[in-house]
Amino acid sequence: MIAPVAARRRRTDQVMRAVLLGGTLVALVPLVFVVYYLFKQGIGAISWDFFTTDPTGRFLGPPGGVKSAIVGTIMIVGLAALIAIPLGIGVALYLVEYGKQNVFSNVVRYFVDVMTGVPSIVFGLFIYIVLVLTGIGGNFAGWKGSIALALLMLPVVTRSAEVVLGLVPNSLREAALALGAPRWKVVFRIVLPTALPGLITGSMLAVARGAGETAPLLFTAFAVNATTWNLGEQMNSLPIQIFNDVRQPQANIVERAWGSALTLVAMILILTLIARLIQRRSRFA
Amino acid sequence: MSTEPTERAAQAPAEAVPAVTPRTAGAKAPAEIVSPGRTVTLDGLKAFYGSSEAVRGISLTYAANEVTAMIGPSGCGKSTVVRCINRMHEEIPGAHAEGSVLLDDADVYAADVDVVAVRRQIGMVFQKPNPFPTMSIFDNVAAGLRLSGRRGDVKDRVEQSLRGAGLWEEVKDRLSQPGIGLSGGQQQRLCIARTIAVEPEVIIMDEPASALDPISTLKIEELVEQLKTRYTIIIVTHNMQQAARVADKTAFMLSGELVEFAETEKIFTNPDDSRTEDYVTGKFG
Amino acid sequence: MATGTVASGDRIASRSPLSRLPDRLLRWVLTGLAAAILLLIAFFFIRLATESEPVFSKYGVIDFVFSDEWVPSQELYGALPLLVGTIITSVIALAIGVPVAVASALYITELAPQRLKQPLTILVELLAAVPSVVYGLWGVFVLIPKLRPAEQWFSDTFAFLPFVGGDVAGPNSFIAGLILAIMILPIVSAISREVMATVPVEQKEAALALGATRWEMIRMAVLPYSRAGISGAAMLGLGRAIGETIAATLVIGNAAVIGDSIFSQGYTLAAVIANEFGEAASDPTHRAALIAAGLVLFVLTLIVNALARYFVLRSERATARRVPKGMAG
Repeated sequence: MIAPVAARRRRTDQVMRAVLLGGTLVALVPLVFVVYYLFKQGIGAISWDFFTTDPTGRFLGPPGGVKSAIVGTIMIVGLAALIAIPLGIGVALYLVEYGKQNVFSNVVRYFVDVMTGVPSIVFGLFIYIVLVLTGIGGNFAGWKGSIALALLMLPVVTRSAEVVLGLVPNSLREAALALGAPRWKVVFRIVLPTALPGLITGSMLAVARGAGETAPLLFTAFAVNATTWNLGEQMNSLPIQIFNDVRQPQANIVERAWGSALTLVAMILILTLIARLIQRRSRFA
Repeated sequence: MSTEPTERAAQAPAEAVPAVTPRTAGAKAPAEIVSPGRTVTLDGLKAFYGSSEAVRGISLTYAANEVTAMIGPSGCGKSTVVRCINRMHEEIPGAHAEGSVLLDDADVYAADVDVVAVRRQIGMVFQKPNPFPTMSIFDNVAAGLRLSGRRGDVKDRVEQSLRGAGLWEEVKDRLSQPGIGLSGGQQQRLCIARTIAVEPEVIIMDEPASALDPISTLKIEELVEQLKTRYTIIIVTHNMQQAARVADKTAFMLSGELVEFAETEKIFTNPDDSRTEDYVTGKFG
Repeated sequence: MATGTVASGDRIASRSPLSRLPDRLLRWVLTGLAAAILLLIAFFFIRLATESEPVFSKYGVIDFVFSDEWVPSQELYGALPLLVGTIITSVIALAIGVPVAVASALYITELAPQRLKQPLTILVELLAAVPSVVYGLWGVFVLIPKLRPAEQWFSDTFAFLPFVGGDVAGPNSFIAGLILAIMILPIVSAISREVMATVPVEQKEAALALGATRWEMIRMAVLPYSRAGISGAAMLGLGRAIGETIAATLVIGNAAVIGDSIFSQGYTLAAVIANEFGEAASDPTHRAALIAAGLVLFVLTLIVNALARYFVLRSERATARRVPKGMAG
């Protein structure tokens, strides 16, 4: 017969297993509650008008929708992605293709890490100082918000791209080089296409992260009620709309905040979901 | 077993003419050899990984239109030697080579020589088949041409190369399917097709059959036999039977040094050096 | 053969210098991009420093950081209450967030049934997909009212503990810390999971083969091995908590005082910047003070992230040392 494990040890084991399971459940509680309240409070605000009218800015009467905020978020985040993705992947390409071991690239890696840790509001301040205070291209403007967001996204893009590019088997680079391909063609025809799905996934996740940021937009894009498609003007955005609405006393404005939050989270989740689907389909090797 | 290679070597020039289609102005080509390969001469070649010396001063001449095998226990530096010939060695971070490698009498390490041009003339087939995963069978073969920036009739060249690699009949109906969908042996022949599509003058094969099953191995060996009518072939192998079967001359290396270089028959039947004798008779490996 | 030689010599050199240009160009552009990152951070630091210079020269660096009155209307800029608020909320965030994150990481990597691992991982990561401002919104309208009775009960019952007791303010430091805990949970959990995944199977099996229970195996093999990595993860979480702005701004009460309980209102460095920026636009000293607060925040996160990097690197190095051994054995 097999001697049973001492009762005390078994009990400790069971207790600790329960504690770890409990911790996991506790971790998920906020998610459940946030989602629950987003739907409960936010769904009531959602209507056709919600997406097709601008905030009225009135204290009394109907508060209007969030069209300008949605347009602003898409425009600002879109431009930020256009800036951050090529630059971020470029830096990662340097690190993987040219600077595997040298001191310079280790310093660059360190600074990319530093950038990841810089609080978003500090990026906002920086762009405020450099672009808003100096009055380049007017005062507050959507594109300045884009640059602030791009600074946030850039290290995230770089780090994920570095991992993905590093996964491209060296044998493919060697095969292309041995065929007499110049380095730049190896990069553009072999390395980038092979890594493409992973690069898309990493970039979309970075963009999703940037889309929810409020702080950097506070002093760069500012906020206006009217819809504008011009990135050279002040622009509304969903996070700023929520931030401003939360602090209003009127119930209908607070409801608009919940509706905006539901919209924003839905947009981010859709981006995240697409990114993950691309990732899943790409496992060729 | 030991007499076989010499017999084949003697027959090869005679049977080569009908077997292979001439690639350039056939009228000028010598009768028994379809196209003259180039002589490759190593003169005091040393190769380093960081500060450790993997190849310690090797001098030997690979004759045109012959198959030369490099044998020796693993870690003896045979792969490093051949990677120095098309300057792939320097792609490894921290690695460099000294001495000279002459293609006929042009030094591939001369200061004004472009490494990319060297590799177009000296093709390479790797140990593990490494077709480009993002490309179809057709595109894989065309890749060499496209990557080295040559225009012209890609389609004909692809067919010609696939025929040259003995793969055409097996894949002609599915050229647009991914290259990585082929079996290991087919993939390796695809890589050979890709290499000869660029029309090199020398082909280096770094243990081309070590990852393949016996039947695929046999096909590769037959292919080598045909290819030598057009190219100078250098084949690294850890398989002595293979060296005996395909090579006209064989070089035996040990600890980064060339121990003996002679007719294959001599190496396997009557070597001068006792270490060669010990190795080919299997006293160490 | 003689003609062949000449031709071959020609062909080796035949690629014109022009065709090498794209290679050089790519290399230079990419190197330039990488260098631009360094320049950017340097420029970044210099601009923050020069813009906050007025307030530092007026009050002195030490006085700015360590005097405890922040009253912009009287031109009093002492950042101590903000610094203390930042530290208190971050410590609360770590105290709640790290144990939960580590527990979930352990459960997912060591105990969860195989088919639950992936879904649980995704769910925990979804916490990171919720924007800061949405947590703030949720905190203001759900957490603050719902938790208030519980907080008051705790405050009354455990009044003998330091920093506990007295009336609970609606928005307060504890709520801010709690929300920050939720926000740092996904990253701490993710990095802990990564670290735990590097524990060699041999070590775990060795423990199990000695007759260890699952928990004993975790205690003997997993935790010691991943301690440095978990510390690094906690540090990264701390970095996030320190810099987190919007959620904290919405739920901390924004009172620049050093409260005597974790249930009093407070303020953080990040929150003060977000909150007072509008009014500061016309007052150069106030603006400089806010930028200076940003600089202090920046330096603080630099230090914390450097520590985090040190811990994570140490754990990676430990892995690199041990893995070959494990593979050999």
